[in-house]
Amino acid sequence: MTRLRTIARGMAATLAVILLANPALAAGGVEAPRQQWGFNGIFGTFDRGALQRGWQVYREVCASCHSLEFIAFRNLEGIGLTPEQVAAIAGEFEVQAGPNDEGEMYMRRAIPPDRLPKPFPNAAAARVANNGALPPDLSLIVEARPFGMESFYKPTGADYVYALLTGYHEPPEGFVLGAGMYYNEYFPGHQIAMPPILNDGGVTYVDGTEATQSQQARDVVTFLTWAAEPNLEERRQMGVGVTLFLIVLTAFLYATKRKIWADAH
Amino acid sequence: MAGKGTTYEWQNGAVAWFDRRLPIFSMMRTELVDYPTPRNLNYWWNFGSLAGIIRVIKIGTGVMLAMHYTPHADHAFDSVERIMRDVNYGWLLRYMHMNGASMFFVVVYIHMFRGLYYGSYKSPREVLWGLGVIILLLMMATAFMGYVLPWGQMSFWGATVITNLFSAIPLVGESIVQWLWGGFTVDNPTLNRFFSLHYLLPFLIFGVVFLHLWALHISKSNNPLGIDIKGPQDTLPFTPYFTIKDLFGLGVFLIIYLFFVFFAPNFFGEPDNYIKANPLVTPPHIVPEWYFLPFYAILRAITFDIWFLSAKLLGVIAMFAAVLILFFLPWLDRSPVRSGRFRPLFKPFFWLFAANCILLGVVGAKPPEGNWIWIGQLATAYYFAYFLIILPLLSIIERPLPLPSSISTAVTAMGIGVPARGVAE
Ligand code: HEC
Ligand code: HEM
Repeated sequence: MTRLRTIARGMAATLAVILLANPALAAGGVEAPRQQWGFNGIFGTFDRGALQRGWQVYREVCASCHSLEFIAFRNLEGIGLTPEQVAAIAGEFEVQAGPNDEGEMYMRRAIPPDRLPKPFPNAAAARVANNGALPPDLSLIVEARPFGMESFYKPTGADYVYALLTGYHEPPEGFVLGAGMYYNEYFPGHQIAMPPILNDGGVTYVDGTEATQSQQARDVVTFLTWAAEPNLEERRQMGVGVTLFLIVLTAFLYATKRKIWADAH
Repeated sequence: MAGKGTTYEWQNGAVAWFDRRLPIFSMMRTELVDYPTPRNLNYWWNFGSLAGIIRVIKIGTGVMLAMHYTPHADHAFDSVERIMRDVNYGWLLRYMHMNGASMFFVVVYIHMFRGLYYGSYKSPREVLWGLGVIILLLMMATAFMGYVLPWGQMSFWGATVITNLFSAIPLVGESIVQWLWGGFTVDNPTLNRFFSLHYLLPFLIFGVVFLHLWALHISKSNNPLGIDIKGPQDTLPFTPYFTIKDLFGLGVFLIIYLFFVFFAPNFFGEPDNYIKANPLVTPPHIVPEWYFLPFYAILRAITFDIWFLSAKLLGVIAMFAAVLILFFLPWLDRSPVRSGRFRPLFKPFFWLFAANCILLGVVGAKPPEGNWIWIGQLATAYYFAYFLIILPLLSIIERPLPLPSSISTAVTAMGIGVPARGVAE
């Protein structure tokens, strides 16, 4: 018993050290508030409506500056579109192909296996068009910001991107903003080169949902979370099955162990 | 795993025929079935076999990942994303491999603390322990190089910081670093050799694990009482008693391991590693993987030059010394009593040492500024003092509790359910 108590005490002390140390971790910038997302938690899934609206926001707003390099048109079946719809969407884009028999590169209509075209041919071109700043690729943006996709108690990358998109306001008095920069509550250092691009009614949703700023932000964040890990739902579903199986198996193993050891004491 | 061993009469003709020519079945029988195991082993003795199973899982998933991975600075990051998105169950392979590394260290650190507490490093198990330390060194090298392969920001900058440590070596430091890099910065040649070595080292570890188990089966397992096996009444055959106990432990372990794989696969990771490596952008905080944090804290604890030795060089020496000192442990702790249970003075110092290691881990995660500097220095001082001062001193001044006369008298017969310590105290 005393040994158990020693161990428990040691663990409590460890926990205290870790928790005490933690506020210092967060001191780096303004922490984004945690949002309720349908895709949070072990049983969380993506709302297909939100995914499709988010795709519309990405395509109509973000795509003029940000690439989404790891997503191909065919992946859009994952947001609930049919293969026909995907083929139709792809057909509205052009991609570069070639070289042909004459050695020339040429443009052709996109087909589902093609990756989404990028807005700029290279980083230099992207910087020139954006006041010297580089709009990052958005495929993994949710995973690449603090606490990533899943966190038990901290704001995630999704919370951060949502806060960023809705976190523009006038700079506080005395704050000197660089030329062509905007004040954002949540961006580290508060000066961001991306203009506030989401406005109420900025897009007209095909499904008739009212396109407020926060609605668009929620939808595009849902879409970007899916884009960061299109297998998220499959992973969790498999996880639930595997966990249940292992619990049953382990219970049987324990019973067997008890039985075998019954005569050994 | 001695070659001579007993041979058995096998019922199956083919097995018997083969066994007469190469007694592999007899050997497996001796080492995995009949192997006399102290009957009082507790669950802390599960972690060796768990480490072995993770070793196998890691090699299995690793070989399959390597079939799809491209070790080139321009393609590595993309190829990993292809594995995640386009390879069938590629995400599962990768997440199992990634989290397997963290679990491997959790399990091996517990395995080592078990040894530290029960005195498993003492005679006659010094070689067994030393082989363990070699495994630890190889594991660290393997994990470090593996982390570089996805070629994200932390991969690149972690590799840069750690390889740069060698530049602290006087005179030849710079040349050594360039030789390691295969160029003037961490770049494609570095990635290529790291991939090659990351594939090689796990098999070396496999070899050393074999020696480790050989040594174990020569000296036999230690046990929570730390006293020697006196006769057959003290042991049980490994199968079925310990095979089933290990299997049950494996079940519990898999539940925890796969929880992370399926529900929080990036929990142990760094978000920055989902940004492609960029030599022009230094991340604000470069932190190694969690399992290196205590050593990282020791590296950074030395902030002062001594004589002609630079702080950087001393830090590097301290970091390596923190692992290498384990080799000498069997000769630093001279107490004849193995198990911490019978060492009243040793016990508080041991738990303080364990807590101190965790504290070092926390310090390693913090930027080296403010209070963290002296906390790290104090914790580093205790880390070394434990081995160099406290243990040698305890061997002299401590009066251990009386030991039970044998394992079987302590745990069976008159005392069904009477725990061993009850006899001792
Ligand atoms: C007019 C061009 C433009 C448009 C349109 C645009 N962005 Fe940006 N975005 C940028 C630039 C430029 C940056 C880099 C900002 C910087 O580094 O200061 C950026 C940065 C970002 C970042 C990274 C912030 C960080 O933490 O580093 C995110 C996330 C982001 N944009 C999301 C979006 C989303 C979502 C949309 C669509 C709703 C969008 N952007 C539309 C130009 C744009
Ligand atoms: C790949 C990593 C490792 C594997 C697969 C492994 C495997 C094993 C196994 C199967 C056992 C017997 C079961 C047990 O006692 O738990 C064992 C015992 C032991 N291992 Fe390891 N081990 C590893 C790393 C280490 C390390 C890093 C150390 C210490 C530096 C170490 C020290 C020991 C000692 C001292 C014993 C004997 C314990 C006793 O009988 O009390 N091992 N190991």
